[in-house]
Amino acid sequence: MTTSTTTRTVPPLGGFSPTFLRLELRRLMRNKRAVIFTLVMPSAFFLLFGTDSSYRTERAGHGNVTAYVMVSMAVYGAMIATTSGGAMVATERALGWSRQLRLTPLTPVAYVAVKVAVAMTMGLVAIVAVFVVGHLVGADLALGRLVLCGVLAWVCTLVFAAFGLFMGYLLPSENVMQILGPALALLSFAGGLFVPLEQMSDVFALVATFTPAYGVGVLARSPFGEDGSIWLAVVNVLAWATVFVLGAAWRMSRDTQRV
Amino acid sequence: MNSSAPAVHVDGVVKRFGAVTAVDGLSLDIHPGEVVAFLGPNGAGKTTTVDMVLGLSQPTEGVVEVFGGDPRRAVALGRVAAVMQSGGLLKDFTVRETIELTASLFRPSRPVDEVLERAGIADISDRLVGKASGGQQQRLRFALALLPDPDLLILDEPTTGMDVQGRRDFWAAIRSDAARGRTTVFATHYLEEADAYADRIVLVRHGRIVADGTAAEIKSMAAGRTVRATLPHADTGSLARVPGVDSVDLRGDSVLIHGSDSDAIARHLLNHTDARDLEITSRNLEDAFVALTADAPATQGALA
Repeated sequence: MTTSTTTRTVPPLGGFSPTFLRLELRRLMRNKRAVIFTLVMPSAFFLLFGTDSSYRTERAGHGNVTAYVMVSMAVYGAMIATTSGGAMVATERALGWSRQLRLTPLTPVAYVAVKVAVAMTMGLVAIVAVFVVGHLVGADLALGRLVLCGVLAWVCTLVFAAFGLFMGYLLPSENVMQILGPALALLSFAGGLFVPLEQMSDVFALVATFTPAYGVGVLARSPFGEDGSIWLAVVNVLAWATVFVLGAAWRMSRDTQRV
Repeated sequence: MNSSAPAVHVDGVVKRFGAVTAVDGLSLDIHPGEVVAFLGPNGAGKTTTVDMVLGLSQPTEGVVEVFGGDPRRAVALGRVAAVMQSGGLLKDFTVRETIELTASLFRPSRPVDEVLERAGIADISDRLVGKASGGQQQRLRFALALLPDPDLLILDEPTTGMDVQGRRDFWAAIRSDAARGRTTVFATHYLEEADAYADRIVLVRHGRIVADGTAAEIKSMAAGRTVRATLPHADTGSLARVPGVDSVDLRGDSVLIHGSDSDAIARHLLNHTDARDLEITSRNLEDAFVALTADAPATQGALA
């Protein structure tokens, strides 16, 4: 309705902005289920599995076993947080919100960038939450190594943000996390986050090295010292990252063609 | 009309979904400042056409342009905005947050408080969308469409879920903007809305335009009267040849004859047949709508 003298343009970065991020995070914090699954449950699992009194004195490389379990549970928490962050696209598609957004200048890439940023923020919060609880109950690891564990866990769970996006575009469901929650628990078990690989049968341990949580776990715990093959873990993380990113990109391009 | 491009230019558009042809050779130009009702029964292809004008889907054949260019570009620049039937909202945003988020995307954007006020939802701005009524959510969609201050506003069944007061406020807002030059296109199956608010009515059926004109023109197109009579074993062929007869319908022992000269039809029936119990009624816009969009081959031909 304005005259042609008004200069209309598109937003920078395709619409990715701090305002968008802030509103999305605030919305997520309203979701009680998301808060419980990302902040409360991993810490509860840690308290359940990692605080046996003998674990506090037993050493695991440069730390104690409590700290070792703490890092594994932090990875598990970050996996849930980043996957559910990515899988938010399923809910938003099911509700028609992504269609509403198609009436704005927001580009698909900026939309996905917002989702990944939100997912990674939640992942970071999940890791910090477990680390704080761990510190309170006697996890022992030098601060520098602890920070390195956290950073490695956080960066590597980008794999699961991509996994969440892939699944979010693949599964047209509003409650996609009801499927992905149990799947993540299974992957965590298979990847040696709940039970060390040494306690599994040889065949199972071999299979485990090919599952997506394995590489993330090994890398996140690498500051403890020798534990599994770092080289194998790097290959694992890169391979799964490639699979999930390509999968998400493929489904996304199909999605933006139709909507 | 000046030499600038039409607000909407649709030329020979066909849209197929598999074996289903939703839009079947539709051509239409809408000029800046027009308020156009896109009227037709459910499944006529209204929403499919609107989707293509917004660039949400691509035509199988033909051309769709908005202000002389790509619809997606017009959407991105905020020149065209829409209230969609299917546009979903997130339940765990507040009304204000939903608007803030959308406002952050447009350059430029109207202030959040202004559109809250104009859409009549300033009083519920802190309510969660999931707790808002259907009518309030529809007003929120309208508020979102106002943010870019669009040159062209497209509304797909805009007043669905609104109460009477809501409808009245909504149309008052639309009319005042249209008076200031905003092109407005709305798809509806409410005849009263088309009649009361549109400068021009485009009637669609089976993905084609069956009539295009002012409400008065559409009414006159299906004008004339219907003569109903009891006449067993009526000879429809000879009745159809009576001068001024458009259509002949048999309903059991009754015959319904529509035409421009009801006197001549009545005279013919009384003088040349055994017809009795004659009734003569005139048509309204609703009859025009039914006549023009019904499946039976009734009145045909489009207005220029």
